[in-house]
Amino acid sequence: MEVTEQLVDKLAHLSRLRFSADEKIAIKNDLQNMIGFVQKLNEVDTTGVQPLLHMGDANNVFRADELKGSVTREAALANAPIPDNQFFKVPKVIKK
Amino acid sequence: MFPFSSIQAYQNSLSSGIVTCVDTVTHYLQQIGNNQQLNAFIEVFADEALEAASLLDEKRKQGKPLGKLHGVVVAIKDVICYNGHKVSAASKMIENFTSIYHATAVEKLLAEDAIIIGRNNCDEFAMGSSSENSAFGVVKNALDESRVPGGSSGGSAVAVQAGMCMVSLGSDTGGSVRQPADFCGIVGLKPSYGRVSRYGLIAYASSFDQIGIFANTIEDAALTLEVIAGVDDYDSTVSQKEVPSYAALLDSDNKKYKLAYFKEALENEALDAEIKQQILSFIALLKAQGHTVEPINFEWLDYVVPTYYILTTAEASSNLSRFDGVRFGHQTAQKNIDLTELYKASRSEGFGKEVQRRIMLGTFVLSSGYYDAYFTKAQQVRQLLYQRSKEIFADYDAIISPTVPATAWKFGEKSDNPTAMYLADIYTVFANLVGIPAVSLPLFKHSNSMPFGLQVMCSHFEEVHLHQLSKVLMHLK
Amino acid sequence: MAFFIAFIYSNNKFTTSPLLLSLQIEMTNISDKYETVIGLEIHAQLQTQTKLFCGDSIAFGAAPNTHVSPITLGHPGTLPKTNKVAVAYAIKMGLACNCKIERDNYFARKNYFYPDLPKGYQISQHTTPICVGGYVTINTSTGQKNIELNRIHIEEDAGKSMHDLDEQFTCIDLNRAGTPLIEIVTEPCIHSSDEAFEYVSEARRLVQWIGVCDGNMEEGSLRCDANISIRLKGATTLGTRVEVKNLNSIRNVKKAIEFEVQRMIEIVENGGTIIQQTRSFDASNDTTFSIRDKEDANDYRYFADPDLAPFHLTESFIEDIRKSLPALPLQLIQQFQQSFGLTIYDANNLCADTATAEYFLEVSRYSTHYKAIANWMLGPIKQQLNETAKDFSTLLLLPQTLAELIAIVEAGKVNFSVASYKILPELLNGNNSPLAIAEAMNLLQVSDTKELERWIDEALEGMPDKVAEYKRGKKGLIGLFVGEIKKISKGKADPKMVTTLLQEKLK
Repeated sequence: MEVTEQLVDKLAHLSRLRFSADEKIAIKNDLQNMIGFVQKLNEVDTTGVQPLLHMGDANNVFRADELKGSVTREAALANAPIPDNQFFKVPKVIKK
Repeated sequence: MFPFSSIQAYQNSLSSGIVTCVDTVTHYLQQIGNNQQLNAFIEVFADEALEAASLLDEKRKQGKPLGKLHGVVVAIKDVICYNGHKVSAASKMIENFTSIYHATAVEKLLAEDAIIIGRNNCDEFAMGSSSENSAFGVVKNALDESRVPGGSSGGSAVAVQAGMCMVSLGSDTGGSVRQPADFCGIVGLKPSYGRVSRYGLIAYASSFDQIGIFANTIEDAALTLEVIAGVDDYDSTVSQKEVPSYAALLDSDNKKYKLAYFKEALENEALDAEIKQQILSFIALLKAQGHTVEPINFEWLDYVVPTYYILTTAEASSNLSRFDGVRFGHQTAQKNIDLTELYKASRSEGFGKEVQRRIMLGTFVLSSGYYDAYFTKAQQVRQLLYQRSKEIFADYDAIISPTVPATAWKFGEKSDNPTAMYLADIYTVFANLVGIPAVSLPLFKHSNSMPFGLQVMCSHFEEVHLHQLSKVLMHLK
Repeated sequence: MAFFIAFIYSNNKFTTSPLLLSLQIEMTNISDKYETVIGLEIHAQLQTQTKLFCGDSIAFGAAPNTHVSPITLGHPGTLPKTNKVAVAYAIKMGLACNCKIERDNYFARKNYFYPDLPKGYQISQHTTPICVGGYVTINTSTGQKNIELNRIHIEEDAGKSMHDLDEQFTCIDLNRAGTPLIEIVTEPCIHSSDEAFEYVSEARRLVQWIGVCDGNMEEGSLRCDANISIRLKGATTLGTRVEVKNLNSIRNVKKAIEFEVQRMIEIVENGGTIIQQTRSFDASNDTTFSIRDKEDANDYRYFADPDLAPFHLTESFIEDIRKSLPALPLQLIQQFQQSFGLTIYDANNLCADTATAEYFLEVSRYSTHYKAIANWMLGPIKQQLNETAKDFSTLLLLPQTLAELIAIVEAGKVNFSVASYKILPELLNGNNSPLAIAEAMNLLQVSDTKELERWIDEALEGMPDKVAEYKRGKKGLIGLFVGEIKKISKGKADPKMVTTLLQEKLK
């Protein structure tokens, strides 16, 4: 299948990544390469095969409804890019 | 005295007073200092390690009960969380992030008196096969500094290889412990999926990731696994199966094994001729020892890597969405932009090229219109592979194979062509796809002077057999 | 249409002229052309102690970012683990709504970016709901109707983004992030704002009734989104639908629908097309406004969450939950009508919540004056409760005591108004003896004819001209006389007897 610029734009938007004009050419080629590579799976007959959704033997794993593991606000905010002693902050969305 | 041949030997010397933990840490810090050009460590916890060593020496003096890894100097890959310490996944995205909790594996190490000496460099977010993708410089193979150590856990491998610690933890999603172990000439063990808690392991692909172990001997790896394995309140995917006393169960009592190898693996055109030749000789040796070694058909060899990349990039694209610069991590310095642009700028500035590539591919295979053809398809192939693995292990004790088609390549040789590098994983991804334990054993040396290993895989939660067989194989050489 | 308008304007009078009336009828006729189709999504926060996937508290009103853990924060390396009680509560609601309970379950990731969504994905069961189908029965003007459900599924709530706290920044509080929710989704089978009102009321009552959610819409424990479309009556395909969010009261649900339907009809009548979009409700003027067009719609890339093991529900697990269900409101309302002869109105109000219903049932053990019990509970007592923001579960007035009070009123020992204004307040404070209070406060009604005659004479002597007017035919004045006698007797005169005696005397 062909990777169009439109597809690259859509994927970039969904992933919240952006590419300069040059970078876009590179990523478009990379994607074409990678998608071409993985398309090989079309050769495998998977009729009637259940997709494997979970790995491992764990099932019915629950926890009790008990208080556990909370941290102080200070610890929670310690790594915040915009320092504050109450909230996480993002620069406000500009109203169009 | 250094390096000790095993943890056992070291601990004997500790108890007999020949050496102290402080001596040991001092020694390793020196080794680290002498090998900085290898760039195996992003950060060394020098003072802390000495302090811990001192406390452990005191503990021993007071005759208190000692942990299983008492005094053992361990390094951890920069994707494993250690409370109060930075962890960056070798990425600018979280370069200055300090973890506020312990990975369960770290908690277990510390509970058994291990000393964590530093965090190891690696491929960014564990994505890579050469450790060339780190935001903090490449890692070099100590045996030949013009060559890669392998990846993604290159730093952890080199740390053990160059005697900068006794044992190290890495992570293995598609071979990221076994392949560097192969390139560096040491033991690299990936446990069964669910054997070791993933809580505190920065997720790459959730249904593939496992914390793995680098060591000089299988005995050391087994002991370390015994310590870090087992149930955990914080991981819903960890197995409830009891952890056997791996360290005590290493002798197989002259058992003769029934081993299989994939015909297609040895016939693969990418496989280095000498590697193939040496492995075939080894197979002959095994047969001479009375073991059964048979080729079996594995018609899906060409499909394992594409399946792996579809599924891991899909999971990764979602796992890496939390890196948005809002609660932690890099936030762009750009001003006067809306929220969407804020995310795009922060993430594009923070993530390296390979990470961005994989996020894009992962988003693609999950997106509407392509989901069934790629993602669901890959999950179906994974199911087929899983069934096949069950069939194989019903008849055989283990599968053996080369770990990698070639020995450690030179820097830059493969970094321009991502998919060429992906094929380096052709022998290792199978174990992650089906969740079985696997190890790379440093059995061989190439005429180009580089080491290479034999990969051994056993059935789910059959680590005891894996260790025992490994011990047998190591002693054959 | 234009003819009518011209006529009215020229008349310059906006009275209910026949012409204006026909204009109104014309408008109604236009509305009658269309059928309204509504689907409602209710998000109910489950009343667990802790979050869906980690052990942080979900108690309301905590200081920002104090109910957080590395898991809530979405820190690298963290993993979710499912709260068993949340799953049980979801099943409980499913059983109460007659849903089919899925035996094999797993969670999926809904991927999108927003500052109050820490992981960059929401863990949800959108694609594999734990409860499928089902219905909620409501009362409409034309009888009972079953509102069909599409599903009930479990998911985690997001945090809160606040845009008005800081000029430069949006402030994010993650206390709410990870709170367990059930999303209850109806089929598009609701056809009026009244039905929507009834449905949300009933759904709210139900979640409170079975103890899975406190139903507090102001605090956001229960939220409603409406999907609204119109189509010509008789059409089989659905029209373009619009989603209206931010409906935080049942009244607002009704108003939003009314506004939307009107807006849509106007667009179509004027030849336009309805744009599929998401709108928000402005409670200050009961209107809706657009916040998002469909073009911005997200591709959520749902896939099974590999961090959470699948779970299989056993028959016994589900049975245990079924056994823990109390008798549901509709059942009880029927019972109240049949066993106690109450009206549907009273029965419905007595079943507003379990506390009220239980209280009534308790009182009914000590008194057979069922109508009186209803009157007391829904009248003076309810009034008191509203003023003090309490409910029947914390009432100090014991059911037995209320029965006693009712007994003495029915026996004529005190009249209703004295009982409710004077005795009730004492009882509500914990005093348990109505008769003793009445005696102590000298409130016992006097039915002694001689005593009553004395007061009557006293009152009438004081207003001879009124008496004369009464005798001349102004029979309405009897109320005045009774009132005066009430005053003179300090409320002790039995008003019924007084009235009878007065009527006799003044013949």
